[in-house]
Amino acid sequence: MNWYAIGVIYKQEMLRTWNTMLQSIASPVISTCLYFVVFGAAIGSRIETVGSVSYGSFIVPGLIMLSLLTQSISNASFGIYFPKFTGTIYEILSAPISFLEVVLGYVGAAATKSLIIGAIILATAGFFVELNIAHPFWMLAFLILTCITFSLFGFIIGIWADSFEKLQLIPLLVITPLVFLGGSFYSVDMLPPFWQKVTLFNPVLYLISGFRWSFFDVADVSVGISLAMIVLFLTLCIAIVWWMFKTGYKLRQ
Amino acid sequence: MQPIVSIKNLSKTYQSGHKALNNINLDIFKGEIIALLGPNGAGKTTLISTICGIVTPSSGSITVDGYDTVKQYRQTRAIIGLVPQELTLGAFDAVANTIAFSRGLHGKPADPAYIDKLLTDLSLLDKRDSMLMTLSGGMKRRVLIGKALAHRPTVLFLDEPTAGVDVELRKDMWNLVRELRDSGVTIILTTHYIEEAESIADRVGVINNGELLLVEDKSTLMNKLGSKQLTIELRESISGIPETLTKYELELSEDGTTLLYHYDTRQSRTGITSLMKDINAAGLVLKDLHTKQSSLEDIFVNLLQAES
Ligand SMILES: Nc1ncnc2c1ncn2[C@@H]1O[C@H](COP(=O)(O)OP(=O)(O)O)[C@@H](O)[C@H]1O
Ligand SMILES: [Mg+2]
Repeated sequence: MNWYAIGVIYKQEMLRTWNTMLQSIASPVISTCLYFVVFGAAIGSRIETVGSVSYGSFIVPGLIMLSLLTQSISNASFGIYFPKFTGTIYEILSAPISFLEVVLGYVGAAATKSLIIGAIILATAGFFVELNIAHPFWMLAFLILTCITFSLFGFIIGIWADSFEKLQLIPLLVITPLVFLGGSFYSVDMLPPFWQKVTLFNPVLYLISGFRWSFFDVADVSVGISLAMIVLFLTLCIAIVWWMFKTGYKLRQ
Repeated sequence: MQPIVSIKNLSKTYQSGHKALNNINLDIFKGEIIALLGPNGAGKTTLISTICGIVTPSSGSITVDGYDTVKQYRQTRAIIGLVPQELTLGAFDAVANTIAFSRGLHGKPADPAYIDKLLTDLSLLDKRDSMLMTLSGGMKRRVLIGKALAHRPTVLFLDEPTAGVDVELRKDMWNLVRELRDSGVTIILTTHYIEEAESIADRVGVINNGELLLVEDKSTLMNKLGSKQLTIELRESISGIPETLTKYELELSEDGTTLLYHYDTRQSRTGITSLMKDINAAGLVLKDLHTKQSSLEDIFVNLLQAES
């Protein structure tokens, strides 16, 4: 294992975050505050509680998931896409490192960054609403699993994309709608029965539901299924990355 | 002697179907400077990229220091350094950081003292903490060399190191390359400048259309393939070439005082002895004689013509 290589990739990626601090960290914080103002204050004043939870608190897990997913994907996809774009990828390709080490460096850094952002949003949310976390261990587990899974997914997109448009396509057209429709801002049983059924096909629903359970001990679907879904998606991403590694997909001609 | 780089029956066909390398065989020996000379699109970058692991071979094999570049890539890539053709550098990194990054990628622990030494050798020490995007083209090229040397490679590839570099910097580059060679590094460079191959290489490989046309010691190449030119200066000018000398296809200068004779060192007989006899018999008196070696450029043109 080339630990030094993993280390320098990780460090370089974290440094990039540091250099673009404002953009990387301030923007999710600001947008979270905006969500709180719009959804929490404006809508919250009408809804007040969802089940036993106040609406303001209810949306926190969904908000964190929204940022976690978009941030993990954009960080990881950009991290590997950019060297391809500038040509500096030659260095990675000609270094004595395996694909696994490349993945650990890039995905590790992207996941760490999302984790930090998740923590910051949680802290920011703490200013707006009262938060009691029912299952801290599971909350952390969901957080970490989500960061890793979606950073891997972002890495896959970054390797697949050969233009900036493609890089933004999936997050914009797939992820954001899925998150918004996955119960970030409402409970599934607030929907008409037909849409409740449709929503069950949305994988993000399971993530948000499980994550929300770790906060409030209430969930739309059973926690076991939530956990199984995320592990399934993680396995899928690992399988795709492994296949890319085997075939040298889009990296080595 | 065991070659440090050994290429056997190497071919590369890109996904587009373009055959960029066609059955290349080449041994490169420790401590030499070998120049791969060829026009644009000849396959030089493809050849280097294949050895370094950026491009996968379609068939054939390469060993570096006895290790297979595909199966034992960790061993081969650990001792290889590569300076790419394009100025591919990030924008927001600092000079010292990007060099440290390259060192780490090659599995070596950080060594700031060595990096400072490198920066000094490359006259970049004052740019140590500058952002890459603020550097000039020449500086960027040197940063790329620094990155390639960061892990102390024993085999260094330079892909068109002086393309677009002005004459003064080119000389500096050549000196640097010689110093590296003297420190024991094997150097493989590509160029489409004949002058470059001629000035610094020990051996020259000529490559065109994905084929390695020949590999020779530079001097052998020039002796073996070079046609020479014999200039014969006459004491008194003549108005025409005498009948007895027509078979030599001489050229007479306008003022009638010099004769040019072209001969080929590849031929077993150069014809010089009989030419001299016949000149003597024709009653011409010689003032001076000199020969001129044709440049690699002429050789190159000849080779490419012969091929087409
Ligand atoms: N990735 C690629 N896909 C398809 N063809 C390529 C690729 N890279 C290079 N080529 C083609 O292969 C040939 C050799 O290219 P290259 O090795 O860059 O030549 P050189 O470095 O001698 O100029 C050229 O015809 C070029 O167009
Ligand atoms: Mg080239």
